Amino acid sequence: MNTFGGQFDPSQLSRWILTRAHPGWLGLTYRSHGDNWCELELPWRADLISDEGAPVLASGPIISLMDMAAGMAIWVTNGEFRPVATLDLRVDYLRPSREKASVIGRVECYRRTRSAAFVRGSAHDGDPDDPVAQMAAVFMTLDPSRMVPA
Amino acid sequence: MNTRLTSYARSMGIIVGEHTPGDAPVLSLPFAHEMEGRPGAWHGGAIAGLLETAGYAALRSALDALDRHPTLKPINVTVQYLSTGRTRESYARGRIVRLGRRNANLSIEAWQDDPLKPIATAVMNVLMVDPE
Repeated sequence: MNTFGGQFDPSQLSRWILTRAHPGWLGLTYRSHGDNWCELELPWRADLISDEGAPVLASGPIISLMDMAAGMAIWVTNGEFRPVATLDLRVDYLRPSREKASVIGRVECYRRTRSAAFVRGSAHDGDPDDPVAQMAAVFMTLDPSRMVPA
Repeated sequence: MNTRLTSYARSMGIIVGEHTPGDAPVLSLPFAHEMEGRPGAWHGGAIAGLLETAGYAALRSALDALDRHPTLKPINVTVQYLSTGRTRESYARGRIVRLGRRNANLSIEAWQDDPLKPIATAVMNVLMVDPE
């Protein structure tokens, strides 16, 4: 597999990637990364809850958190920033997060082919050994020269 | 028809369309920069949020018609992304595959111009907890 010497530095590029559009609206923040993984945080916010019962983050923002952490895990693994598209994404909600707790998502890219990237991850609200959700997904890498304008 | 949306769904700007009691409503979400992923495309997470919300709306509508009012809790969701969501309004509607006593299985489709050409589909399992 190709490596590109890790030119993609999520701690630097997250200042742009995470501050605009959907990740910016959710307020996602960069926490840390390794050779093939990235960890982001979704801060608690009152307007992102599911109305039923306790003030805990809804499942939708957790999908966005894991989807974004997956993209960044793929970029650090590839060592470069190339557009990716989610093909398939599964989330299992193991338990609700604690009231008014932020959720931390960590995703690793465990396998790459020429056009696909396979990722898995988990989300927790403080203790990584007591996750709130597990995820698995497949992404396609896109060729910018072949992308159709919107 | 009064369909309760979560704070998250209202915050995203999801709108519940007209529907008769017991029917699954069509939900819509106008495009905004806040819903964008890579430039010129919907963020996968925003589409997933619309799909999940449409699933809950379909289930809530069916349960209301049965005079059942349980608390709904997500068990899992699997989303298939079929094509890029272009920068215009998206729609979604859920279908109940199986409604049991404790668990509901739902299938949801999201589309833009043509309901027969979905941009994403999802299946989800929802736990229903009856009030004490």
